Amino acid sequence: MSGQTAFDKLWAAHAISTDADGSTLLLIDRVFLHERTGAVALESLATAGRPILAPEQAFCTMDHIVDTTLGRSDDTRMPSGGEFIRATRKAALAAGIRLFDLDDPLQGIVHVISPELGIALPGLTVVCPDSHTCTQGALGALAFGIGSSEAEHALATRCLRLQKPRNMRVAFHGALAPGVSAKDMILHLISQHGADGGRGHVVEFSGTAVQNLGMEGRMTLCNMAVEFGAFSGLVAPDDTTIKYVQGRPYAPRGPAWETAVAAWRHLRSDDDAAFDQQIDIDAGSIAPTITWGTSPQHAVAIDQPVPDPASEQDPARTSAMQRALTYMGLTPGTDLRGLPIDAAFIGSCTNSRLSDLRSAAEVLQGRRVAPGVRAICVPGSMSVKRAAEAEGLDTVFRAAGFEWREAGCSMCFFAGGESMGYRERVVSTTNRNFESRQGPETRTHLASPATVAASAVLGRLGAAAEVLRA
Amino acid sequence: MTPFTVHTGVAAPLLRENVDTDAIIPSREMRTTGKSGLAPGLFAGWRYQDQSTRTPNPDFILNRPEYHDCSILLAGSNFGCGSSREHAVWALKEFGIRCIIAPSFGAIFANNCVRNGLLPLPLPAQEIAELADRVAQDPQHHRLQIDLKSATLTMAGECSRPISVDSTTRRMLLEGLDAIGLTLQSTDSVQAFITEDRRQRPWAYIAHDSNR
Repeated sequence: MSGQTAFDKLWAAHAISTDADGSTLLLIDRVFLHERTGAVALESLATAGRPILAPEQAFCTMDHIVDTTLGRSDDTRMPSGGEFIRATRKAALAAGIRLFDLDDPLQGIVHVISPELGIALPGLTVVCPDSHTCTQGALGALAFGIGSSEAEHALATRCLRLQKPRNMRVAFHGALAPGVSAKDMILHLISQHGADGGRGHVVEFSGTAVQNLGMEGRMTLCNMAVEFGAFSGLVAPDDTTIKYVQGRPYAPRGPAWETAVAAWRHLRSDDDAAFDQQIDIDAGSIAPTITWGTSPQHAVAIDQPVPDPASEQDPARTSAMQRALTYMGLTPGTDLRGLPIDAAFIGSCTNSRLSDLRSAAEVLQGRRVAPGVRAICVPGSMSVKRAAEAEGLDTVFRAAGFEWREAGCSMCFFAGGESMGYRERVVSTTNRNFESRQGPETRTHLASPATVAASAVLGRLGAAAEVLRA
Repeated sequence: MTPFTVHTGVAAPLLRENVDTDAIIPSREMRTTGKSGLAPGLFAGWRYQDQSTRTPNPDFILNRPEYHDCSILLAGSNFGCGSSREHAVWALKEFGIRCIIAPSFGAIFANNCVRNGLLPLPLPAQEIAELADRVAQDPQHHRLQIDLKSATLTMAGECSRPISVDSTTRRMLLEGLDAIGLTLQSTDSVQAFITEDRRQRPWAYIAHDSNR
């Protein structure tokens, strides 16, 4: 019999019972809510008269609707947004769950603050009515997005009923080239294997290049597992993970810490573990990568031309590419590096952590955003913001001409009621280049923080190397 | 929850791949903290020429008279990918959609469908393309019937073909089960599991009195 994968071990530790048809009742350790869906779930439970079984293991933040402008209040620019904020506050208070409110020094994007505060830990099951919950799999947790109904289910029963996903391993072998980041790795993977390449699987990211990533890079990698169509992504815990978790506010302490670490050491895939699918990638072959279309799978190395739909075999894919080219205002063969941009955005649960801001600041140091380009930086949490300010990064961003904001989801998708302009071309560290996500017919190009910073300086799409050698 | 047993209706082909939940219901259309009032925002970016005045785009499939009262979508692969927003399903349901037939679905979206009495029905892309061609000839007459009891799909006047729906989904939909109520029947075994788990994994539990 073959060994177990890290995911098999996580699953087995939480499986309460399994029916004949394979559906499993799975124990859920943490539930995180936000103001977009939190009030719906909590009010719906209250109406049904169903109590929350473990309110001390449930959390809520304000990130999806809050303004990120300085001096923000409940009265956001988003029409009716204030209702969501007030309803969530009231419901969280009534339910007795910890809320990271607007003025809380720990407030921030759920997938930034949950690891940052030690709420998500290796070996836990973590759910949130937000598809990017897979971000937290970077800790070696089984973390996945759910709908509001399932959030109610988890709060009312402490478990969820699920069919066990399959195992996939994506191994990034060797070392990354200089200037290439976790964002480039995940965009590269999705461009090669499709936006549903991971469907039905929990993806374990492994290999030397993953081991060498810091925790924040691993979070970026796992963040877009959902953009790969996966049930979730994870990285098995190692010394980097354990060092990251130690001392965080909600992390275990004393004897519990020792027990935890001993358990986490076992949460790696056995050498003889069987994966249903395996993808091997030479990390050294990955270049700074950027999307050209309207799906994360529409990505290429930034020095590659816009692809030709005629080269695609699958007719559905060809027509999607043609549609995307029209939407993006592009023609096949165009050099992406010549495309002028209207705006640059650094933020979101994908790329708004301290290392992301440092990487952008390195490019921006002593430089200015090109005239006519609107540039915005939104730290992922108030803790990230303070840490960045402590090392002077805010000064670099501001001096370069970037807006420096309060924490929240912001321009990723109309959070705070803000959008980019009609048909504007935007380079963004976010995770979705879907039609009109960032604004009316806005043309989004997804890229790493370094690429976004470089493009802001150049006034057109371009890689950091172009700026740094100039 | 509304059970899904047998449903007959007009089907509309929307065969684009990777239709995301932002397209199904844009963020700006989610205006209330409840689950209703979402149908007007369904596919807002495609359905209206001018979203502010709600001027319909006559070319969009759901606006075409021959697809009036459509309750089934024939879709492309990875339908409902992206955001977990259950509003996408609430909007579809309120609009009158009961079943979506696609080669594959976003996982969270498919689950949200079942929780709300909608059937996400997987079929091979080729079969969907053939169905779409037949439907398009006369959508109001070439209606589809989905019988979840006998697990068959039939186009009016034609032979039935078998469909495959996993047994949990089928049972939830056929009986219109309340998932929470069902799980609460297992409270004793969940409690017993937690009691043992607390001994095994004390570090996984946050104390009631923790003040952090």
